[in-house]
Amino acid sequence: MDMNEIKEIFFQECEEQLAELESGLLKLNDGDRDPETVNAVFRAVHSIKGGAGAFGLEELVAFAHVFETTLDCVRSNKLEPNQDVLKVMLKSADVLADLVTCSRDGGSVEESRTRGLVKELEALANGEAPPAAEAPKAAKPAAAAPVAKPTDDSGFQPIPFTFDGFGEEEDVIEQFTYEVTFKPTRELYSKGNEAALLLRDLSRLGEMSIACDIDQLPALESIDPEASYFGWKISITTPKSEDEVRAVFEFAEWDCELEVKPSEASADEELPMIPVPFDLSSLDDEPVETVQPQAETAAKASVPEATSSVAKAVNAAVEKKESAAAAAAAAAAQNNPAAAASSAGQTIRVDLDRVDRLINLVGELVINQAMLSQSVVENDTNGTSAVNMGLEELQQLTREIQDSVMAIRAQPVKPVFQRMSRIVREVADMVGKQIRLVTEGENTEVDKTVIDKIAEPLTHMIRNAVDHGIESPEKREAAGKDPEGTIKLSAKHRSGRILIELIDDGGGINRERVKQKAIDNDLISPDANLSDEEIDNLIFAPGFSTADKISDISGRGVGMDVVKRSIQALGGRISISSRPGLGSTFTMSLPLTLAVLDGMVVTVAGQTLVVPLTAIVETLQPEASAIHSFGSNQRLISIRNSFCPLVDVGRILNFRANQANPVDGVALLVESEGGGQRALMVDAIQGQRQVVIKSLEANYTHVPGIAAATILGDGRVALILDVDAVVGASRGQSLKPEMSLAAAG
Amino acid sequence: MKKKVLTVDDSRTIRNMLLVTLNNAGFETIQAEDGVEGLEVLEGCNPDVIVTDINMPRLDGFGFIEGVRRNEKYRAVPILVLTTESDAEKKNRARQAGATGWIVKPFDPAKLIDAIERVTA
Repeated sequence: MDMNEIKEIFFQECEEQLAELESGLLKLNDGDRDPETVNAVFRAVHSIKGGAGAFGLEELVAFAHVFETTLDCVRSNKLEPNQDVLKVMLKSADVLADLVTCSRDGGSVEESRTRGLVKELEALANGEAPPAAEAPKAAKPAAAAPVAKPTDDSGFQPIPFTFDGFGEEEDVIEQFTYEVTFKPTRELYSKGNEAALLLRDLSRLGEMSIACDIDQLPALESIDPEASYFGWKISITTPKSEDEVRAVFEFAEWDCELEVKPSEASADEELPMIPVPFDLSSLDDEPVETVQPQAETAAKASVPEATSSVAKAVNAAVEKKESAAAAAAAAAAQNNPAAAASSAGQTIRVDLDRVDRLINLVGELVINQAMLSQSVVENDTNGTSAVNMGLEELQQLTREIQDSVMAIRAQPVKPVFQRMSRIVREVADMVGKQIRLVTEGENTEVDKTVIDKIAEPLTHMIRNAVDHGIESPEKREAAGKDPEGTIKLSAKHRSGRILIELIDDGGGINRERVKQKAIDNDLISPDANLSDEEIDNLIFAPGFSTADKISDISGRGVGMDVVKRSIQALGGRISISSRPGLGSTFTMSLPLTLAVLDGMVVTVAGQTLVVPLTAIVETLQPEASAIHSFGSNQRLISIRNSFCPLVDVGRILNFRANQANPVDGVALLVESEGGGQRALMVDAIQGQRQVVIKSLEANYTHVPGIAAATILGDGRVALILDVDAVVGASRGQSLKPEMSLAAAG
Repeated sequence: MKKKVLTVDDSRTIRNMLLVTLNNAGFETIQAEDGVEGLEVLEGCNPDVIVTDINMPRLDGFGFIEGVRRNEKYRAVPILVLTTESDAEKKNRARQAGATGWIVKPFDPAKLIDAIERVTA
């Protein structure tokens, strides 16, 4: 793994942290005061800052730092996270997200936006809290911070330790001599520091001579193995400054008596010191390995030849003895540190490509299994052989494998919903409306391929709801409503599909205006007699826009017609129901996956086609008396006292030149655009089955009227019908490639 | 013999950086994602040095350090605090909990290795 890969991981992690941040802030906004929520929010920003620092993303670090400081005030209860505070924080979260995006993809966030928020955040942090906030730049360690005095009241200041010059040839010839007196307390050892190592590090600064003060060493029987008895007096000659010498004791200076002073004259010898040659080689070994049983070590410690490593040895001996007692248990556990490490993690990360490949392979397996079944059935007419029985089980298993594999790629819709809350905030801000987004069923899972594709149409619908759906606060108040509008976004599973509802409590569809607009745009004739439902659905008509003036927000040349088509391209349906003055509800029903489809296999002019089951309302065998001619070549079928246009699929797709006789075929009643129904004429129904969707565009090219292809059990390719395109074609619109959201946007 | 380092950090980015840095420097690295997991893993891995973050879910760095220092077997293991916290109060708390030393983020491989070298033989 190299740095670029880690950076990629960092950005992935940022996405997660940003999601965590936003959901936490929204929880706080809803009145959640759980300290863990605040902590999680703080940690998210903190984590981003930490990683950003490692990659030198200074802009990101600076902003995250200010944000973090303010969050820390909330965490320590110095700042009440009320609505105003959270508004700033949510905006900050958005800017943070933008900064992350810019750091990854290049580009920059408008400085005015960042600067404004930094001011607001700092004001919040300073408002009620003591001005503890550091300047953003303080996040980076200063190049040369002053050394903290051990007597500081805080007692603890960061000292960046620089080992410049380690192992390098020193250009500076000037040498200084310092007298260092060092006497550890027992706390030094209890915190895992080690006098011998400190002395070793000191010795690396230059030439030194060292003397050990063993005056306080008691008799063997009264030795406390964890006490500190030794002190050292060192004379060191080095090119380093006094601060650099002190820096060696950076970690230990609170737990020892330390004196460093430039040497005045010759080394004074007033103390009864025993000069000890300082031998580094003994420290290169593992401490535990050099240790002897405790009593023996202590005995050794009592002799005057003791070296500085004695204190260490005593310490380590204690450790050794204790660890020996539990050695067996430790050894057992040691064999399996990985298992212990993984016990806490419940998830693994897998590259999406691998999952996609697996899903494709399982798709092939399903096809292969179907082919095998078919050929066995053809050769085993009574269907009782062991092969046949086994095949049934295989079919069951294949289906289960497919479901399980699809579940791997299933993702909750949460991330998409979270993105929507930002859009609501931004757009509401722009148009001066007060809007609350309520989400429900965020954990509803759906195939990742679907999730990726619903974000864009959903974004557009949310923009529309904010811009056109919800009224201005004044209007709402005048109508006796809460000035704050509510948009509810919910997801749930229903009969093998996912249902996404977008409900606003705005003014509803203004049917008069919609109708007028449709007339003005030549979408309907002025004397058309339309039901309320039909009028509502006019907003999905191509080229329709109700806004009197095109705004920045929703008037981007993309109408609801494109939204509808992109939903349909996913095999989904969208409908609207609206109540004047009370609001509108958009309902989207989408397949859970784009990999498989439940279809009805039909025959048309000798070709095998698959019609998505979800489009079919019912099937019927037309009687001659129910068929009525209408105009030159239109025909209608009467079903339960209403008429429904009859569409010959074979004719529309140019499989045959003349319309077939409806009585010879089967009619599939399908729901089409605008809520109306059409009867699709096919020659025969072969059956229902789940088919694996193979993209035509990816393998061949787009074919009008055809959504995709599949491979049937007998190995033949069957085309999957694009029901809406076929119905559209029957209305006189020619079959032409669909305008895509991307192309229109 | 390779020295063994136990790292405790909830950030995947930092965990990966620690892993790469430590492995490149010839250490054996064992990783945990928070204080609770850190204490669990500690039992089996017998590290020569521990590097821990402060802000973590479930059990933070302070709690983790205290847990290690209470453990009869591992209380003498040097613990380095890896944190962006540069204010005195937090470091003081870490020290009181029993931290041996600290590394101020932003993460810098050289700094990390130097600090580890300082507290291990």
